[in-house]
Amino acid sequence: MKTTGKLRRYIYVLTLFFITLSGFGQMPIFKRYYIADIPGLGWLAQFYVTHIIHYAAASVLIALVLYILFDFIFNGSGLNRITGSGYLKIVILAGLIVSGGLMVFKNLPGVYYGHTTIIVLDLVHLSLCMMLLCVSLYTLIWEKKWVN
Amino acid sequence: MTSKLSRRAFLKGSLTAAGSVAATTSIARAATSMAHTKKEPLVTLLDISKCIGCEECVYACQEVNANKYPEPQKPFPKMVPDRVPVQDWSDKRDVTDRLTPYNWLFIQHASATVNGEEIELTIPRRCMHCDNPPCVKLCPWGSAKQEENGLSRIDPDICLGGSKCKKVCPWDIPERQTGVGLYLDILPAFAGNGVMYKCDRCYNRLEKGEVPACIEACPEDVQTIGPKSEILEKAHALAKEMNGYIYGEHENGGTNTIYVSPVPFEQLNQSIEKGKGKPHLNTVKNMMADGTNLAKAMLIAPLAGVVAAFGKFYLSSKEDK
Repeated sequence: MKTTGKLRRYIYVLTLFFITLSGFGQMPIFKRYYIADIPGLGWLAQFYVTHIIHYAAASVLIALVLYILFDFIFNGSGLNRITGSGYLKIVILAGLIVSGGLMVFKNLPGVYYGHTTIIVLDLVHLSLCMMLLCVSLYTLIWEKKWVN
Repeated sequence: MTSKLSRRAFLKGSLTAAGSVAATTSIARAATSMAHTKKEPLVTLLDISKCIGCEECVYACQEVNANKYPEPQKPFPKMVPDRVPVQDWSDKRDVTDRLTPYNWLFIQHASATVNGEEIELTIPRRCMHCDNPPCVKLCPWGSAKQEENGLSRIDPDICLGGSKCKKVCPWDIPERQTGVGLYLDILPAFAGNGVMYKCDRCYNRLEKGEVPACIEACPEDVQTIGPKSEILEKAHALAKEMNGYIYGEHENGGTNTIYVSPVPFEQLNQSIEKGKGKPHLNTVKNMMADGTNLAKAMLIAPLAGVVAAFGKFYLSSKEDK
């Protein structure tokens, strides 16, 4: 049981790392600010690569979130066990998945979104990502857990 | 220069009259068909064998779109870091031999051998208006958009000039002008670098039921615009008739610009001058295909998560028994 928990944690942290990095890689900043010049990080300036990595990491994250959610339900664990910061992270993750899903849909052929819709989705997705990073940092420093 | 002008004047005088009747008829036809087919993308067909390289389309494009051209503020803000390039075409507005922020359409020249005879071909080049345009789909800021009639365009009031659209475009079409746009109001030194410009297929004219300026101005009726199915049918019939070749139908997964040529495009591609602002005529794979396939696979992800959780629950209940 402990091994499963540890594995889940490692997958979550690794996915969060790559999804955030490739997400920021959607903006043309890594080349401009020399980060892509660091040996091994050249891929950060290759937009099609970061696009694919972001999608792949999103798939893992969605699967993981659904796995944990249903594992929680099947085990009959009470919702009152979830901590405040846990709830906050769940809401942010849900927002990220919904806004990200809408953007993935936008990228399919024959789907047309207006400027405003795309900008709102971009800003919401980026803001939620920043919020998740801040809350995750807070929970890491103050050793706050998802559940009691 | 003199010979070029006299050639233009000659071509204009002798061909405009002959072409105008046919052009007017085809424009009326195109406008009518556009009004009836809102759902199907509009596609332009370019018959290269008809193009005489008179540049009438180029000048018509410049004239009609002059009000959309950038008027940059100078001096430009200092860029941080220094490696960020300043791209200024405002003093070179007359350049017509390549794509620039002030020239969204240019004529490419190629020579080829057909039936043992050396011929010169001229090819109008501009944005291909892809079926699934990477410039639109991968713009991180939503400044590019695709319309239901198949055109893609960049909003100069929203674009920050990061040039990602150019990097992901298989033909490197969009061109940047520094010193203009939204970035000046945000963090001009640290983020953005102007606005990206490219052919918008005269979206404002299409909205009024008019055809793009380049099509209207062509004395040779090189271009035709119409619903995709109709244009593809025409393109194939034309290619069959001239024993020719098609470009743009499958490039990057399909585009809304179809070229028909009597010469293979590989041969034309070897002959044309390529480089900055001068796109190639290579075969192009569907750049968005991997993303699209992965997006479809993404639908399995939630199911996989639920199945894994159920599997774990099932195994643990079995163990408990």
